[in-house]
Amino acid sequence: MTILIIYILIFIAAFYIVKAVSSMSKSRDDFTSLKTVTFGDESAVTPNRAASIISVIAIFAIWGSFTGSKLTPIHVPGPFIGELSFTYTAVNSSGETDDAEVRISVYDVQTGEIPDKIDIEPGLGFALNDTAQIITYRSALVKVQKNDVGGKDKKYKVIAINGESILPSSELFIDNARVYMTAKGTLSLTPYKGWQMQPVWLPSPEAVWSRLTKIASEGYKNFSLFEHLGWSLLRVVVGFFAGALIGIPLGYAMGLSGWFRGWFDPIVEFMRPVPPLALIPLVIIWFGIGEQGKIILLFLASLWIMTISARAGVSGVNIAKIHAAYSLGASKWQIMRLVIVPNSLPEIFTGARVSMGVCWGTVVAAELVAAQKGAGMMIITASKFQMTDLVIMGIVLIGVIGYAIDILMRISENYLVPWKGK
Amino acid sequence: MKGLSIENISMRFDLKNGSSVQALKDVSLDIKEGEIITVLGPSGCGKTTLLNIVAGFLAPTEGKVVLNDQIVLGPGAERGMVFQQGALFEWMNVQQNVAFGPRMKGMPKAEQNEKVKHLLEVVGLAEFEDKAVYELSGGMQQRVALARCLANEPDVILMDEPLGALDALTREKMQGLVLKLWKETGKTILLITHSVEEAVLLGERLLVLAPRPGRVYKEYNLPFAEMGVNMDLREVKKSEGYSETRDEILSIIWEMEEEIMGRTDESS
Ligand SMILES: Nc1ncnc2c1ncn2[C@@H]1O[C@H](COP(=O)(O)OP(=O)(O)O)[C@@H](O)[C@H]1O
Ligand SMILES: [Mg+2]
Repeated sequence: MTILIIYILIFIAAFYIVKAVSSMSKSRDDFTSLKTVTFGDESAVTPNRAASIISVIAIFAIWGSFTGSKLTPIHVPGPFIGELSFTYTAVNSSGETDDAEVRISVYDVQTGEIPDKIDIEPGLGFALNDTAQIITYRSALVKVQKNDVGGKDKKYKVIAINGESILPSSELFIDNARVYMTAKGTLSLTPYKGWQMQPVWLPSPEAVWSRLTKIASEGYKNFSLFEHLGWSLLRVVVGFFAGALIGIPLGYAMGLSGWFRGWFDPIVEFMRPVPPLALIPLVIIWFGIGEQGKIILLFLASLWIMTISARAGVSGVNIAKIHAAYSLGASKWQIMRLVIVPNSLPEIFTGARVSMGVCWGTVVAAELVAAQKGAGMMIITASKFQMTDLVIMGIVLIGVIGYAIDILMRISENYLVPWKGK
Repeated sequence: MKGLSIENISMRFDLKNGSSVQALKDVSLDIKEGEIITVLGPSGCGKTTLLNIVAGFLAPTEGKVVLNDQIVLGPGAERGMVFQQGALFEWMNVQQNVAFGPRMKGMPKAEQNEKVKHLLEVVGLAEFEDKAVYELSGGMQQRVALARCLANEPDVILMDEPLGALDALTREKMQGLVLKLWKETGKTILLITHSVEEAVLLGERLLVLAPRPGRVYKEYNLPFAEMGVNMDLREVKKSEGYSETRDEILSIIWEMEEEIMGRTDESS
């Protein structure tokens, strides 16, 4: 919630700062600046590059500052680390009161440095001084009565902390910690946790990066990082091409023959809205959790999309083109090869792009369910061991690869069907 | 007998809801070899249907089309088509589009290239051989379509509003080009248009179709096409009888349109 508010504030502040800065530098004199009508004119809305850059920086800055990253100069308050102390006042069975000091070292288990035990004199009186160690973000019971003379007596109780009186089931605050007295009269100490995220929730950017370099060199669960990602990609490519290999001819047949259209329409129209993820259980029952099952799942994911796009490509041909080809003396087969197929390519490419995206999503999900290797397997296994840095690294890599696939498809589209949309 | 004859053609479309549309009723027309004929009429009067029947894309419900003593039973290379737009193959460049017909005939590559080169020169696109068709303007695309049709050396060229999508200036230029090609190649041309000016300028004979059912309403024999071969079309428009003919036909078409509008007004 706080993070959302901060994010919105950065958004607004960046907007005004960039606006102020750009109005100071010389005014733009391109066509857009000459337009008096810009609102609602889509061509006048181009992405502001400064906004994009600030946006990315803002995400990393917030991420860094809430995880205590060394990359960001500003941080929100972190958890208390160091030594706390307080004195407590106890009353024993004979009604006497006595004070004793408690010194506690709070340390961060992530850094691996466990501090030495604090030496403390027992002190005078029946209440004796105590020490304890607490790990950051944790709470701990501090049994101050344990070493006290008569601490086990029924009538012994702690009545005050730093002079302030405390009752069972109530709390009070000392410097850098909260003290809670349980119903039975034992003290529970919670050092100040700060605003930062614990690494199990959200590790810092550099932790994710160092995990990436580590996994890239050492691998994870018997397979290198390259193999995990490569296997996911290989499944997608094999499944997609299998789907295209069957789907495109099927789509052509449906676009050209009434019998095929009638026969397959109910099947295609029924299977199209079924999300591929819903097929995972059935595919596991039928084909097991091996490669075969995954490829069949991806095959099914791409099959219907490719069928429908090929069908649309055939049906979408301008009849004038067919007529022109006929009156230029083309045979049916030549019209098929020289007019219908090339005319359907833009539609097929659109289908292929969608299909690749769906397959990539489906393969990750399928690997989450069951796999020995793959991007999805990597993050689900990591999450079981609470290796959040690896989970985040995996998500980022999955996103980057998905994006790269889309860009690759777009480039090949521009190259292979340059007339698309013209 | 050489030439194209359209004999008592009727065309009825049976609609899915059980009713039917009489698109053409008893249309007859004899076209001599080398004639240029324009067909004019309000939209929906069956012009495209007539052309599709001559091209062989549609079989008439009654009557027949005979070309050089042979009954037309389907599309064929001896009847070339030029469409309004969108009939070029975007996946082929200008050269490949124009070479399409010869390629279908199995003409040797070198011969194809020579032919394409020549035709592109004729239509004034010599420099554009390797361009993609979607990079060309509308007028240039129609020149490519004309060249593609000519490359096949058809006996008859059928044009369905070939200049309908062009702007006025380009259109005028293209009208001149059509006349030039007509004279140079000696082809029989059947051109459909809904522009009265174009019909009057380009037709040796002009056929006015009336709607519902589509039938021949009136026929004109005009001198302007022959004049336009050697003269600027703007000059032709100033010649004697041009504006009278144009105005007469305009008022016929106007009346027909009026009638169609009136009918819809009454029914609503
Ligand atoms: N395939 C078809 N099915 C049903 N009606 C048609 C079909 N083609 C044309 N028509 C009808 O025939 C009439 C003539 O159409 P068309 O030849 O396209 O006219 P024009 O080209 O003169 O505008 C119109 O009323 C049209 O609705
Ligand atoms: Mg028409």
